[in-house]
Amino acid sequence: MDFIYGLLPADLPTWVRVLGAGIACAVIGVTAMALGPLLYVYAETKVAGFMQDRIGPKRVGPHGLLQTVADAVKLLFKEAIYPAGADKKLFILAPCLVVVGAFLSFVVLPFGSRMQAVDLNIGLFYVVAVSSLSTVGLIMAGWASNNKYALFGAMRSAAQIVSYEIPAMMSLLTIVMIVGSLSLQEVVWAQQGGLQSWFLFRFFPIMPVVAIVFFTAGLAECNRAPFDIPEAESELVAGFHTEYSGFFFAMFFMAEYTEMLVISAVTSVLFLGGWWAPHPALQQIGSVGLGPFWLIAKAWFLMFVMMWLRWTLPRLRVDQLMYVAWKVLLPIGLTLVVLVGGLVLWFPDGFAWDGWVGWPLTLALFGFLFVVMQRAIRWSRKRAVEMAA
Amino acid sequence: MNSPITSDQAYGWRIEDLDVDEMILNMGPQHPSTHGVLRIELKTDGEVVRAARPHIGYLHRCFEKHAESVDYPGVIPYTDRMDYVASMGNSLGYALAVEKLMAIEVSPYVQTIRVIMAELQRIASHSIAVGTYGMDIGAFTPFLHLLRDREKILDLFEWTCGARLLYNYNWVGGLSHDVPEGFVKACRQFLREFDAITYPELMDLLIGNKIFIKRTAEIGVCSPELAISYDLTGPNLRGSGVPRDLRKDEPYCGYGQYAFDVVVGKGAYGPLGSCFDRNWVRAVEMHESAKILHQAVDRLEKMERTDVREKVPKRVKPNKGEVYGRSEAPRGQLGYYIVADGTAVNPYRVKVKSPCFTAMSIFHVLARGMYIADIIALIGSLDVVLGEIDR
Amino acid sequence: MESAGIHDRLKARFGEGVTAFEAGALQPFAVVTSDAIGELAAFCKADPDLALDNLMCLSAVDYPKAEPPRIEVVYHLWSYRHLHGFVLKVFLPREDPRVPTVEGVWGVANWHEREAYDLLGVVFEGHSDLRRILLPDDWTGHPLRKDWVDPEFYNGMHVKPTAQMAERAMAGEQLGVGPFDVTPPNRHVPTDQ
Repeated sequence: MDFIYGLLPADLPTWVRVLGAGIACAVIGVTAMALGPLLYVYAETKVAGFMQDRIGPKRVGPHGLLQTVADAVKLLFKEAIYPAGADKKLFILAPCLVVVGAFLSFVVLPFGSRMQAVDLNIGLFYVVAVSSLSTVGLIMAGWASNNKYALFGAMRSAAQIVSYEIPAMMSLLTIVMIVGSLSLQEVVWAQQGGLQSWFLFRFFPIMPVVAIVFFTAGLAECNRAPFDIPEAESELVAGFHTEYSGFFFAMFFMAEYTEMLVISAVTSVLFLGGWWAPHPALQQIGSVGLGPFWLIAKAWFLMFVMMWLRWTLPRLRVDQLMYVAWKVLLPIGLTLVVLVGGLVLWFPDGFAWDGWVGWPLTLALFGFLFVVMQRAIRWSRKRAVEMAA
Repeated sequence: MNSPITSDQAYGWRIEDLDVDEMILNMGPQHPSTHGVLRIELKTDGEVVRAARPHIGYLHRCFEKHAESVDYPGVIPYTDRMDYVASMGNSLGYALAVEKLMAIEVSPYVQTIRVIMAELQRIASHSIAVGTYGMDIGAFTPFLHLLRDREKILDLFEWTCGARLLYNYNWVGGLSHDVPEGFVKACRQFLREFDAITYPELMDLLIGNKIFIKRTAEIGVCSPELAISYDLTGPNLRGSGVPRDLRKDEPYCGYGQYAFDVVVGKGAYGPLGSCFDRNWVRAVEMHESAKILHQAVDRLEKMERTDVREKVPKRVKPNKGEVYGRSEAPRGQLGYYIVADGTAVNPYRVKVKSPCFTAMSIFHVLARGMYIADIIALIGSLDVVLGEIDR
Repeated sequence: MESAGIHDRLKARFGEGVTAFEAGALQPFAVVTSDAIGELAAFCKADPDLALDNLMCLSAVDYPKAEPPRIEVVYHLWSYRHLHGFVLKVFLPREDPRVPTVEGVWGVANWHEREAYDLLGVVFEGHSDLRRILLPDDWTGHPLRKDWVDPEFYNGMHVKPTAQMAERAMAGEQLGVGPFDVTPPNRHVPTDQ
């Protein structure tokens, strides 16, 4: 906003410049949010292609960049079909509600120290509240479609989202206890000072677990694989959006990818330092702040992890899904709340080793897992070659 | 001319048959995971299936009626179209049955090529089966990895006989084409890639995946007695722990000369005979097929080329008699009951015992009490191809 | 056990129930009366020496020119324990072919019998669910019988092109009768004639 403010002629009255810059920012922001899914879908197809040993889209535009644009245009022009016996009002309202629910979270996402629409003092609470708004939309879609598969999908998604909200909430609570505020901006400021003060690396080894619990629950909340049972294309055809076509379908699609971004962004705000750079020296180039860049980079990395998981893992069954939520994640979450609560009391400044042990160890752990994975692959290939010989 | 539907049972369950909590879910015939045009009526209570009733026949193409009106070699293209995922196995079974009826003995050269083709087809067919099974469970990536290798096999087939799906390759008394120059080398290249990359990747990515095991290892359990009573054959039977394989029990095409193991389900992660075991058997059988292929290719290389149509009769007209010929197709024992009346050039009757037909007939027994998601896993693990069920 | 041995054992047990044995055939078979088949099937499976626990195939064949005209139901049996097989046949009158079901012995017979009923009209008495399986529920007749004539209409739709229809099609007329008044797509009408 400052940047645009600076661009506007200095002889204009201040309020005009503020207003103009504000409107320009809003327009840019909303457009970027709305068009974002085009990019994410493209990324998803390319990531999937990479994982599946194929190329992915490459015909429309350079490297297939315009493929998703073409898809979106196609969906726009397709007829919206209302199934016989559908409740037409709810049928139309449902995708709108889902999209609204997904986009509302952007209001409180801090992209920089001053790049935030509203710094609500109940920001975290707000994020949780609006992201579960989409559940209502999904149930509406399932019910209004007059289709049994859609109904199954809606019921599954309701059960799933309500269940996974609880472990997500537990892990949020730990953050709130450490920061002492619900405001997302406050959460980010609490992680000032580079990599070692990110919440992911505090109270090692407790906070990484919190982060994993939150990310897993978030994955389930946006109906991504391996928790994609509400859509489960091999079981329920397409789940709650079985009967949707044309632009309504595109809206569901848009909502799904936006929600992915929201979950990733919130995770990076909570655990990966939000708009803070890994090192204070990287925070800005000259006078240009890189806050938004860092947040988006972190969020996109997490989205890549989501895609990675989707194209690697099979889907859970309904009962297994509930098992994971209630018997695995919830006990862990409750323990963590108690644990972190105590730790915050006894070690208000964190563990002694937080500054220098947490992040190298965490990174080392990830590195170790990576190496083990590579070893396993190499070993199995070698074994196969030996077996074949 | 509209004939009224008289049968009350035609529409399956009626509303009076249902409990208060139950509803009927029609799965198929246009459902992404019914592997073709299978329709299953499910009586469900929430996510739990109380009873299931498969309806088949949507792909009925009157194979047996066709077979009665064309001559013996003319049936072979129709057999290709039964199990369109594994055409080589179908035509091989038919050719073997007619050869048995006419007492034709084909040369070892032809037999070796037949074994190579059948085993390549087995790998291709199991690739589809295991890959789509992964897709049914929700893992998309292994499917494309396996299809990549299936493409290589289809390239080999296309190179040999010009067709990629429906080959008309195994003729009565011989083959339609000899293998081209350099086939052995290409085949070895494929096997090297399959052994080194695709097979271990499949085992790591899908078969050993914890979620996959959790999803499949405890459902659809079929005891050996039940499997034999319902005539499950091939990988389905071996998945239940019965070590029976026609290639070992009644060797045809010289299968007796190859060293390979009959893969039997172990029940490593749950009860024996589960969906996981059936699928695991299929996956490991690909490796056994590769073993056979290595030996067969070595044999072929040392053999003198002979005319593959040497023994093909000018006019196929068996004497009066009948035969039940069976072979181990990728999906199980494929049986042809052929009746010749001794006067006509076309078969008097051809009845096909298709392995998928019998596998599907056990479905309603195994499906009771499952979750809806498991129904998909069960269909996939039985590995049915509707073209062969409906014929 | 060889086929002859199996036959002897069945003959000794059922006597008149086993009417003939064709030892010279490619695959020797025994002919069994339709009254005996139910019990005989159970015996075949239960007897430890026979242990024919698998019904490989159940087919029905129509012989209108035989004397007397008959429909044969053929049971191909296999023993997974002893790895031997045997073939049973039941001759049924063509007008009213009825035979007891063996569904209770081999589960797979359920669908095989439905198929035989569907395509050849053999009625399996005592069958739990004797409906058409491959053909539509409203189909009439049994097409694998040798005297089968293709119907001209099915539910008001032309299903069998006649010579007359072909002539009309060549003349450029739009064919098709009944509710679906369209030219069948496989009947290409040349425009230049």
